Amino acid sequence: MESGGFTDFLQFIFMGLQRGCIYALVAMGFNIIYSATGVINFAQGEFVVLGGLMMVTLTTGFGLSIVFAFLISTLFVTIIGILMERCTINPVKKPTVLRLIIITIAVSILLKGVAMIIWGKGSHYMRHFSGSDPFVIAGATILPQTLWIIGILGVIVVAFVVFFNLTMTGKSMRACAINRDAACLAGINDRNMVMLSFALSAGIGAVAGIIVTPIIQMDYARGALLGLKGFGVAVVGGLGNSLGAVIAGILVGVLEALSGGYISSHYMDAIALLILLLVLFVRPSGLFGSSEASRLKEF
Amino acid sequence: MRHKDYMGLGILLLVIIFLPFVITNDYYLGVLVFTALNCLTCIGLCLLMGYAGQISLGHAAFYALGAYATGILTAKLGWSSWMAMGTGVIISAGVAFLVGVPSLRLKGHYLAMATLGFGAIIHIVLIAAVNMTGGPSGVVGIPSLHFFGIELNTDTRFFYFSWSTVIIGLLLALNLIHSRVGRGLRAIHGSEDAAGSSGVNTSVYKIKVFMVSAVYASVAGSLYANYVNYIDPGPFDVMHSVLLLTMVAVGGMHTIWGAITGATVLSLLPEFLSSMSDYFESLGLSYQPDYDTLIYGGILLLMMLFLPEGLVDGMNSIRRITSTMFIRARKKLVF
Repeated sequence: MESGGFTDFLQFIFMGLQRGCIYALVAMGFNIIYSATGVINFAQGEFVVLGGLMMVTLTTGFGLSIVFAFLISTLFVTIIGILMERCTINPVKKPTVLRLIIITIAVSILLKGVAMIIWGKGSHYMRHFSGSDPFVIAGATILPQTLWIIGILGVIVVAFVVFFNLTMTGKSMRACAINRDAACLAGINDRNMVMLSFALSAGIGAVAGIIVTPIIQMDYARGALLGLKGFGVAVVGGLGNSLGAVIAGILVGVLEALSGGYISSHYMDAIALLILLLVLFVRPSGLFGSSEASRLKEF
Repeated sequence: MRHKDYMGLGILLLVIIFLPFVITNDYYLGVLVFTALNCLTCIGLCLLMGYAGQISLGHAAFYALGAYATGILTAKLGWSSWMAMGTGVIISAGVAFLVGVPSLRLKGHYLAMATLGFGAIIHIVLIAAVNMTGGPSGVVGIPSLHFFGIELNTDTRFFYFSWSTVIIGLLLALNLIHSRVGRGLRAIHGSEDAAGSSGVNTSVYKIKVFMVSAVYASVAGSLYANYVNYIDPGPFDVMHSVLLLTMVAVGGMHTIWGAITGATVLSLLPEFLSSMSDYFESLGLSYQPDYDTLIYGGILLLMMLFLPEGLVDGMNSIRRITSTMFIRARKKLVF
């Protein structure tokens, strides 16, 4: 019985890791746009959905290979992100927080409506990247797809660190996030940086959707909850802090899976939201964010 | 209350009195009842968003609290509808207070997400707490409302009753915004710090207006339960909160009349589009309820990009532009 208890525990941890990595990716998407513009993009969840659904169509509908479909889906959503910025965020001359919130909400409803018309209301299945036979570790099972998810998150985190610390463009984006006027004076085109942030964020959202689709069966309406949880994770990790988002994502994912396993699976989805509310109420700057940094942002 | 408001109320009253003589189809009267319920919720939301400048993406939760209070208390415990509605109001106001105290310290995106999260939690509880709410299958057998011995069991009767409630709600709201409290709220919208330093107790005002808006939503929810006699978690999801916000934003947040206009236009739009599509059926076009989401999103986006002040203000500015053009044209003719 003792080992059975441990096996269950390990199983919940694996499940939590898998969910947490996805939340971390969604949260990173929020962070990129937030850092560059101070906007929370309510359409972030929709990027995830579109990435997943596009992947389904390309692999099962057109029979493309996983790698090729992965690239095309990511590119497709990245273009949508760029279009969103150019058509809806860029033209707004006098942005107020309320107006920007409503604009991104409008885009999310619009994308949701489009997804519903194109892909219908049903769930879409997709084959796992490399077989669906689970590995057994100490009695608990872990899907190969979960390993893919963890691996891809790792690759993206490394790519991020390299991009933001070692490339000129990445450094320019960080400069814009710290002080936009000063960055402009230093010759950085801040409008392009905003566009780039939407492109990157959409791309990351798409990747999250693509890698999670084999496990959760994507449908058009999943964006809202995924986005909300991703935002919760971003807040817990400290908005704008991408490494914090990864830690917070795994933390929230594991907590959610454990509470789902030991308390009630019906309320599992509510746990992450409850954590979000508690952190917002008690420490809005997040567990890993400094309180001074959040005070500087225009809220 | 201003002169214009009295005129508006008078016109609204006349339209309401005579509409059932023109529209006798029960289905369309039903649509108008839902319009009234949306108007009621939007009046409350407008007080919160347009006047106090605080966003809420969780108002469907208060709508749900009202509806479920009525549903559970009347159908399962046999309370009278009015008692149930009152209890719903008290519960909603209490929950609004509990949620509002910590939430309204937040601003902008944080407040939006906190209320969104609250709404999502309530929706999850509605589905998961099967013993109390009936879970996904909901509560059935909710009795109709009785009003001084008259059972409001036909669409025409409920039409009059629901719109009367809207008129009362409108009167109360208009009185509120032209009072000391209303001016305080608008000061908060302008600048919270400035309002605070001129002696407006901002946090108390914000919580009070949040509670008032929750009460509006709760009453609308109770009426919904009494009207359709059956509730399930479906209509109370996050999307409904977003839709309510859309209605207020499309009509124009800065006036109560804008909220009424927005709620009416967006509630009737799907019906209008589906009846219009009948004429184009020969061309292979047909409107399906599935397109609603797309239409709402598109309208909200276009409004925010081109008429951020909403339909009512937008009309005024269009009128101003055309009248200046007219005056210029006349000047040219004279000289």
